[in-house]
Amino acid sequence: MSTYIAPVARLAGAVKHYGSLTALDGLDLMLHRGEMLALLGPNGAGKSTAIGLLLGLIRADAGTVELFGADPQQLMARRRIGVMLQAASLPHTLHVGELLRLTASYYPAPRTLHESAELAGIVDLLKRPYGKLSGGQQRRVQFAMALCGRPELLFLDEPTVGMDIEARQKLWATIRQLVAEGCAVVLTTHYLEEAEALADRVCVMARGKIISEGSVDELRARVSLKRVRCMTRLDTQAVSSWPEVVEARQEGERLWMSTDAAEALVRRLLHADAQLSELEVQRAGLAEAFTELTRETEHSVSDQREAA
Amino acid sequence: MNTLVSTLDSSRPMNGMSSRRVWAAYVEEARSECLRYLRNPGFLLPTLLFPSVFYLMFGIFLGHANGPDAPRYLLASYGTFGVMAPGLFGFGVSLALERDTGLLTLKRALPMPAGAYLLGKMIMAMMVAAIVAMLLLSMATFLAHASLSFSQMLSLFGTDLFGVLPFCGLGLLLGTLIKGQGAPGLVNMIYLPMAFLSGLWFPLSMMPALIQQLAPVWPSYHLNQLALSAVGLGQTAVWPHVLVLCAYTVAFVWWAARRLRRYG
Repeated sequence: MSTYIAPVARLAGAVKHYGSLTALDGLDLMLHRGEMLALLGPNGAGKSTAIGLLLGLIRADAGTVELFGADPQQLMARRRIGVMLQAASLPHTLHVGELLRLTASYYPAPRTLHESAELAGIVDLLKRPYGKLSGGQQRRVQFAMALCGRPELLFLDEPTVGMDIEARQKLWATIRQLVAEGCAVVLTTHYLEEAEALADRVCVMARGKIISEGSVDELRARVSLKRVRCMTRLDTQAVSSWPEVVEARQEGERLWMSTDAAEALVRRLLHADAQLSELEVQRAGLAEAFTELTRETEHSVSDQREAA
Repeated sequence: MNTLVSTLDSSRPMNGMSSRRVWAAYVEEARSECLRYLRNPGFLLPTLLFPSVFYLMFGIFLGHANGPDAPRYLLASYGTFGVMAPGLFGFGVSLALERDTGLLTLKRALPMPAGAYLLGKMIMAMMVAAIVAMLLLSMATFLAHASLSFSQMLSLFGTDLFGVLPFCGLGLLLGTLIKGQGAPGLVNMIYLPMAFLSGLWFPLSMMPALIQQLAPVWPSYHLNQLALSAVGLGQTAVWPHVLVLCAYTVAFVWWAARRLRRYG
């Protein structure tokens, strides 16, 4: 038992209701030192509620919520975390350096102003008023504020929204550096590439529960399918029996297919129906993958009900 | 459970924060809050201009027509009127906006001491109240040549400086009740009628009996009585008004704290 390493954050059987809506339905989540976890899921899946619990913004109706073994509503626990929230409008008239100084003052042993600015790539912005910055620059300032307290656990909510590619790469590199130094990270994002680039572990949430958990590669295997849509006279039933097709269905006037061999399927489709039109090939996005995952669990739930 | 706690990363003495650093957080918070509003003309200009322009018009240009005491009398009332604003707007409207824009959520997630947030806004409001009081006092001295002793000036300054606190409390409460961009308008709908009904624009003696009887309900009425006493025009004892204002402050803050704890 002495070698047992305590998690930096832990949710166990966490339940949260908003009126009749169940936002979290017995969520279990554990995060260890130096671990980079991506929390993904469609809107309304309960991600924000889970983060809100861990930040001490809301209280769970049932279950355990711990940050470094303590209640997140205690200042002592939160002095070890850094936070970057998605929607936070900071005072426009304050300069970047002043915002950093203020945030650093909340922590027992913060980084120097210059160190934080350097890590977030905002050294040239320190004297500028926050309100005069572009959206991407403001995001970087918020990132600097998140890391300025030398946190052991970093919460990043959609950190790279509004950033250009270069800024995003730089931010990713810094996050990797922090993780290498032993900082744990909880990341929520809509960008699959972001989760791919950073996360050791991915949790997909739906309806207040974790429905899929695993490494990035495991998740990617489920989302690497492409979807093909077209107007055709071909019979849905027949197409769905082709080996290239994972699933086929009629969607309005169009035939909808998911496939892991898009090129071969398109070739075969064009060959089989010369009149085929409105052909579209799309990589299944992360949001769609979640829809799939969600639908799967819904099916399995109803299957179990039927079996019972 | 004991093992769990004892194996927590104890390599850093994180659990405590030296009182010097906690104090620094309070100072930084107050400093940022003051800087932020001093640089915001949309807040500062109306707050400073309303009472001083009113005083210039009614207390100085038209003042002497109302008798020798008018500049002093109006100095007290417009001072009261002036210090209500930083409390109601600096505290109330800013809280309502910060609840709406996510800033308060971020601050609650960060390890900011909750007291630093409130104290920061309070100090900001007191600082603006001090500026308003200084402005009006200099106008009274140099433009209106009101006959004020130094101790009267000092006592009015102190009254205005601390008189902002009940309105900070009221602002805090309003900030927990309303949210977002509509807040300035709503606060004005409380601020202006309350000022009028407390006799800050026209002496209560010129008002209908009902308004006169109702006046003691408003905190601004009590502050105005204190301000009048400070400039030597008081008609009643000071302590009852002080007690009423303290009671209002405590009640507002208590109610607001309860709401903040429950609803964020």
